[in-house]
Amino acid sequence: MAKTIVEDNIDILVAGAGLGGTGAAWEARFWGKDKKIVIAEKANIDRSGAVAQGLYAINCYMGTRFGENNPEDHVRYARIDLMGMVREDLLFDMARHVDSAVHQFEEWGMPIMRNPKTGAYLREGRWQIMIHGESYKPLVAEAAKKSADKVYNRICVTHLLMDDAKENRVAGAVGFNVRTGDYHVFKSKAVIVGAGGASNIFKPRSVGEGAGRVWYAPWSSGSAYGLMIEAGAKMTQMENRIVLARFKDGYGPVGAYFLHLKTYTQNCNGEEYESKWFPELQKMVGKEYLDPELSHATHRPIPTCLRNHALINEVNAGRGPIHMVTMEAFQDPHLEEIGWHNFLGMTVGQAVLWAATDVNPKYENPELTTSEPYVMGSHATGCGAWCSGPEDISPDE
Amino acid sequence: MPTFVYMTRCDGCGHCVDICPSDIMHIDTTYRRAYNIEPNMCWECYSCVKACPHHAIDVRGYADFAPLGHSVRVIRDEEKGVIAWRIKSRNGETDLNLLAPITTKPWGKEIPQLRNASAPSQDMRDSQLLYNEPKYIRMDEGGLHTLESNGLEMKAGVYY
Repeated sequence: MAKTIVEDNIDILVAGAGLGGTGAAWEARFWGKDKKIVIAEKANIDRSGAVAQGLYAINCYMGTRFGENNPEDHVRYARIDLMGMVREDLLFDMARHVDSAVHQFEEWGMPIMRNPKTGAYLREGRWQIMIHGESYKPLVAEAAKKSADKVYNRICVTHLLMDDAKENRVAGAVGFNVRTGDYHVFKSKAVIVGAGGASNIFKPRSVGEGAGRVWYAPWSSGSAYGLMIEAGAKMTQMENRIVLARFKDGYGPVGAYFLHLKTYTQNCNGEEYESKWFPELQKMVGKEYLDPELSHATHRPIPTCLRNHALINEVNAGRGPIHMVTMEAFQDPHLEEIGWHNFLGMTVGQAVLWAATDVNPKYENPELTTSEPYVMGSHATGCGAWCSGPEDISPDE
Repeated sequence: MPTFVYMTRCDGCGHCVDICPSDIMHIDTTYRRAYNIEPNMCWECYSCVKACPHHAIDVRGYADFAPLGHSVRVIRDEEKGVIAWRIKSRNGETDLNLLAPITTKPWGKEIPQLRNASAPSQDMRDSQLLYNEPKYIRMDEGGLHTLESNGLEMKAGVYY
């Protein structure tokens, strides 16, 4: 018989302990030494959230200490790459703090690869660094477990509670234990929502038994948005969807392949197709966002969504499938190893799929396709509840 | 490519039940062995495979187009700080042994208890710095970047 369990007198409740929630608990402990911090997590904090499998790269690292980038460079990059759908104050703030988080991870034992020539972190691209991140989540979870007074695993938070005494103020949250059905009430002075985005809003490309092998975690139920919307938060840029180019059927990541292994895409005739679509895309979005000449001469990115659009256009024009040319890079045993490690560190399913279907990227070029759209919890997308940024760089509104 | 359990190796200890983020590894109430209750909600994240002390959990291809015969097996060792993989394709042409570090420090000992760290001063509370900054940010050229320090100005609107 399910019970009701009340946890009272909490100072800070963290709802959702993925990478964001665990970090929030850690930081909160420093600023609130004697505060009561409680975490409510839907799964097991050691392997939960989108980083449960690990990550093979940290996709946003300035490298200011190595003289590589400044925060404002990142704001410029992201503004073009996401075609203006960004909150620049939040981006700037994140960019100026991200390096210290990465250095802290390294001190905790995260294996970050180094460039043997320069001694700096090994770059995958301008913003990405390569890590052996299989245990990313367990490491960060350990920090959170040390910081929180109590960690409730297997509690799915469903609603935020509003304060009776003060208008427009959240006073806690309620949820249920996914195993026992017990009803949990958390009364808290502050609540940090660290919940995730949403998978399976759009029909996944993989069906049947593959339905769970979506790119984003299949257990992501959109709580990051649902909790906020029901509590009356103002949402911004919710039109944002993320669609990714990925290895077909296994959703294997392509970042390290493009950037580090220098593999490239081609259509069924073995031709480069992307740039052929640029004039048409430029007409659609304007030179402001797509300027291939300027991009060629500088670090200015070509928006990822437009590159994906070119891929879809090419397939629609009857020149699919699109292949990733791996046969050249994989002749180098070191790069071959990195190519496989890249999957094992964050998308093991792709390695299983290739093993099961006898795909050897050394002797054949695997197929690429675009994923279905997702509403993300993070991954640098611009949507979410309105929140005010830091005082020194935010607008007054 | 959902998980499945070798019944002869599983002793029903429940480590996989404890860790599965999808909550789909359960113990069969009759046989006292673990099984995947909902293969189509399996992310193939290998959390249970890595957690199983008896290596009783494996991952298969999709029943509709990938027959059995391949294997991607793993041993994760926190004490040694490494993870070892073996990938074998069905036709045997791919057979790789891959080893990667999972940590560079002794497992579970390096992360401090922040409750015991010295309390932040009022100056720190008033600044924009996070824990361990500016020490950890190591910008080499001074403190945290601001609009002013970078020669920027706030402008209204989206376009500039």
